Amino acid sequence: MISSFPKLLGATVITLKLLSLSLFFGLLIGLLFAILRMNKNTIINKFAYGYSYVFRGTPLLVQIFIIYFGLGQIEYLRSTFLWVILKEPYWCAIIAFALNTGAYTSEILRSAFETIKPGLIEAGKSLGIPNKVIFYKIQIPIAIKQSLPAYGNEIILMLKGTSLASTVTLMDLTGVAKYIISTTFKPIEVFIVAGGIYLFMTYCVHNLIKFLEKKYGFQT
Amino acid sequence: MELLAFGKTGWGDELFYATLMTLAVSITAMLIGFFFALIFTPLKLSKHKSLNLIGNFYTTVIRGVPELLVIYLFFFGGSGAIMFVASMFGYYEYIEINAFITGSFAIGIISGAYSTEVFRGAIQSIDKGQFEASKVLGIKKHIQFYKIILPQMLRLAIPNLSNVWQITLKDTSLISVTGLVEIMRQSYIAAGSTRDPLFFYSFAAVLYLLLTYLSMKLINKLEVKYSRGF
Repeated sequence: MISSFPKLLGATVITLKLLSLSLFFGLLIGLLFAILRMNKNTIINKFAYGYSYVFRGTPLLVQIFIIYFGLGQIEYLRSTFLWVILKEPYWCAIIAFALNTGAYTSEILRSAFETIKPGLIEAGKSLGIPNKVIFYKIQIPIAIKQSLPAYGNEIILMLKGTSLASTVTLMDLTGVAKYIISTTFKPIEVFIVAGGIYLFMTYCVHNLIKFLEKKYGFQT
Repeated sequence: MELLAFGKTGWGDELFYATLMTLAVSITAMLIGFFFALIFTPLKLSKHKSLNLIGNFYTTVIRGVPELLVIYLFFFGGSGAIMFVASMFGYYEYIEINAFITGSFAIGIISGAYSTEVFRGAIQSIDKGQFEASKVLGIKKHIQFYKIILPQMLRLAIPNLSNVWQITLKDTSLISVTGLVEIMRQSYIAAGSTRDPLFFYSFAAVLYLLLTYLSMKLINKLEVKYSRGF
């Protein structure tokens, strides 16, 4: 039980790398699609809705498999520079995670933007504040505050989601745990250690979000 | 399109049965989850600190650990645990458990943790006056639960339970790692033998979308039924 600890701890680094990179790209994608969702053009609106519907309605495992096994099949892609990225399971996993968390994030941000009272924007406008400044200085800070609890849940879901990287040959925490289980046949001990590491990480995320909620907990 | 033909030439019938298998596992897991929720919701609502702790431990651990890890625990540890229990009764033969049972049990425990949270929230949001009024009227405890609390609770719980159903349905794709032939496993087999992974995994995605779409329609009907009068 103790001898497996250093190996699992080393694998945790990969899990954390996957998590942070996919959250970063996911946040950018989420913000983009949240803005598209609020566009008045029906086609753009429907496209953004379709994106989030498809990615939220299918399992993450299918998405990873399509990107890792499926995209390599397209001959055209193999000749472009994209192939440098797509042949690596590491980047495939990050693309899949980022697209997946992006879909959820866009929903979280959209509902956060929608809860902002129109009066606040009108007040800004009547004070003669430019639209851009209203967006960055009024809408974004309120949206961050509104979406923090839901986004905290999304981070935890994504942390658990990174375990699927082990299905495309990446040795993350779950991948190493599975390897140790299948070589030593001690599932319960390994589960306790690996599960403990995951629990510790979710605990940290939970407390970080709580701290941020307090910090940004201004009255609106 | 000929890849999806029914019969020996295509994968249509195989994928159809795989979809039924996914549905069967999801429903079984959901029911096992309800069973767990039935045990752990009272524990979480209990006034005793120690019982409370057990309930919280269950939901925190299961919701904080990746689903895949739980499945591996059951897949590799399940038969060992059963054999250990059997050996206490003097049975030493090798016991292999069906992948369907292991899988639905693993997913059921995960789904149960989410259902527990939903039921707890629903019961807690029922007005305290309802409990007090039924007590004052001298209604027996179990009748109070079945006739007063449960109908009100269901109305509040159904929207969140539909989320749990979606999570459970999507989690069943993970059982494919244990070899149970559901949508994901069947697509894996088909993709391997035809060397056309893009088509089969995309088709799997369509099947999952169809399942989530149809079940949402069904649940919306239920929601209307239980929110009569509100």
